[in-house]
Amino acid sequence: MRRHAVAAPTTFRKSPHPLNAAFVRTWRNPLGFFGLAILGLLVLIALAAPLIAPYDPVVQHPGRELLAPGPDFLLGTDELGRDLLSRVIYGTRPSLVVALMVVVLGGGLGIITGLAAGYLGGWVNALLMRFFDAMFAFPPILLGFVIIAALGQGTTQVAYAIALAVVPTLGRVARSLVLKERNRDYVLAARCTGARNGRVMFLHVLPNAVSPMIVNLALVMGFSVLAEASLAFLGLGTQPPTPSWGAMLNESRAYLRNDPWMAICPGVVLALLLLGLNYLADALRDAFDPRRVNAGF
Amino acid sequence: MGAFILRRLLQSIPVLFFSTFVVFLVIHLIPGDAAAVLAGPNASPEALTAVRHEMGLDQPLPVQYAVWVAHVAQGDLGKSTLSGQPISKLLLARAPATIELTVTAMILSILIALPLGILSATHVRGRLEWLISTVQSLWLAIPNFWAGILAIIVFSLVLRWLPPGGRVADANDLPGSIKSLILPATTLSLYLAAGLSRFIKFNLLEVFFDDFVRTARAKGLSNTAVMYRHALRNAMLPVITILGVQFASLLGGTVIIESVFSWPGVGGLMLDGISNRDYTVVQGGLLLLVLLFIVINLLVDLTYAVIDPRIRLGDA
Repeated sequence: MRRHAVAAPTTFRKSPHPLNAAFVRTWRNPLGFFGLAILGLLVLIALAAPLIAPYDPVVQHPGRELLAPGPDFLLGTDELGRDLLSRVIYGTRPSLVVALMVVVLGGGLGIITGLAAGYLGGWVNALLMRFFDAMFAFPPILLGFVIIAALGQGTTQVAYAIALAVVPTLGRVARSLVLKERNRDYVLAARCTGARNGRVMFLHVLPNAVSPMIVNLALVMGFSVLAEASLAFLGLGTQPPTPSWGAMLNESRAYLRNDPWMAICPGVVLALLLLGLNYLADALRDAFDPRRVNAGF
Repeated sequence: MGAFILRRLLQSIPVLFFSTFVVFLVIHLIPGDAAAVLAGPNASPEALTAVRHEMGLDQPLPVQYAVWVAHVAQGDLGKSTLSGQPISKLLLARAPATIELTVTAMILSILIALPLGILSATHVRGRLEWLISTVQSLWLAIPNFWAGILAIIVFSLVLRWLPPGGRVADANDLPGSIKSLILPATTLSLYLAAGLSRFIKFNLLEVFFDDFVRTARAKGLSNTAVMYRHALRNAMLPVITILGVQFASLLGGTVIIESVFSWPGVGGLMLDGISNRDYTVVQGGLLLLVLLFIVINLLVDLTYAVIDPRIRLGDA
């Protein structure tokens, strides 16, 4: 028998923070789990490379050139007698470093420009949007060419080039998210308390607007890994003898007839990382898109 | 229609201005000084000044840009720093190969994507859709240069069906020309096709729930008629726009695929230019590809307006 108690304190079940809920949904999604696992594994490999690589990736073993996979060299050796397994292990580094730099630099610039365009509007918005439009007319890889022609070849230069190439896309996404927030009551309230534009933008609008951006950042990571490998393949990225997957695939081309294994392993890990990042982005999109969640599939 | 074409042409002017300005800047972004590169490491200061004057580098930047545009408009893109040959001649020799490859790849990707998109939309949540979308996600994760290398291993070195690289462009040897085009064009098109077929599927699925499709069904039309005469036509409109946007990634991909298959196009010319620090060549190649991109997008928008009267009448 239950008594009707008017004054009884009402208890609410605390619902999880939407951001945490989205991460839990991503983690529970098999595709999202796969993506996170691949990414986590490769980050570990990159960090622990000196501990797990059987050889120094740049040391040449004279007389052991172009060996097929075997007990001494698990994935074989390249044309200079370097251990391919160690090179694949160390090759995770430029890929992930570039991806991280692009997310930080490109993501940061994209969010700041998008925030400014969306919140301030007016001429700032007009100027930035026309600038982004014009940048869209430039195929990203050609923009990379321009920047690499200017800065020289190398891993860091590639990261700058890719970061700049992703700013227009991220800036537009950030702008559209900010536009949804800028007229909400809490923004008005913050402005009524006399907060300046900078404070309202960074302390109030930004934290509320940008969480869906994480989907785009995952996509950008995939794009960066692909672009880094492509530019390294063309000889414009990470310079020899430092190993990178793209450059290894480029080196393998001269030996395809007799030593095709050189072209297999770097490609497999690269494709696995890209697949993982694509799946992660898909899972994050599902987790952040309320329509899909409510639809129940 | 005339007004629409005019408006669309006017819209391309700022884009044209910005992109040519970026291309123009290439020569000024070089670390150090383009004149120093040209004059060589042991040039005297007088010689350097002379070279700088000859290249017009002692003029203010807007003047240099105006001079450069005037030259470009007359087909004068300067000379290669390395070989001394006119850039326009080098580009003309390479452009047909690049255009042949990109256009073939674009057509192939539509031919592949259309049936796949229709099949996955009509079999949504079935086994066929699952199969197609799994293959698509796998394919989207394979970098095109690696796909090219694997294709060379399988089709050229193991099966010996197709040449591993190079371009045969001979009217008397049509089978040979086609054979040399198959691997590079297919590799280039598949990546685009994977994204495109997804896009076609999503568009079809959205259209399926529109009133006009329900009306068509209610009239008792067959599934085929509803599909091809009603749904597909409307679903194809955004696809055409996407094709224009995708052309940018296709151009980027071309540079890479040309390198994989030793295809003698503009991409290779630019890569050589970057490694030899021959920046006038890089500039010329960039200009050609960017102009190609702008023209294709213009054509796409005009096609769009021809197909859909709402576009040209909407904001008139």
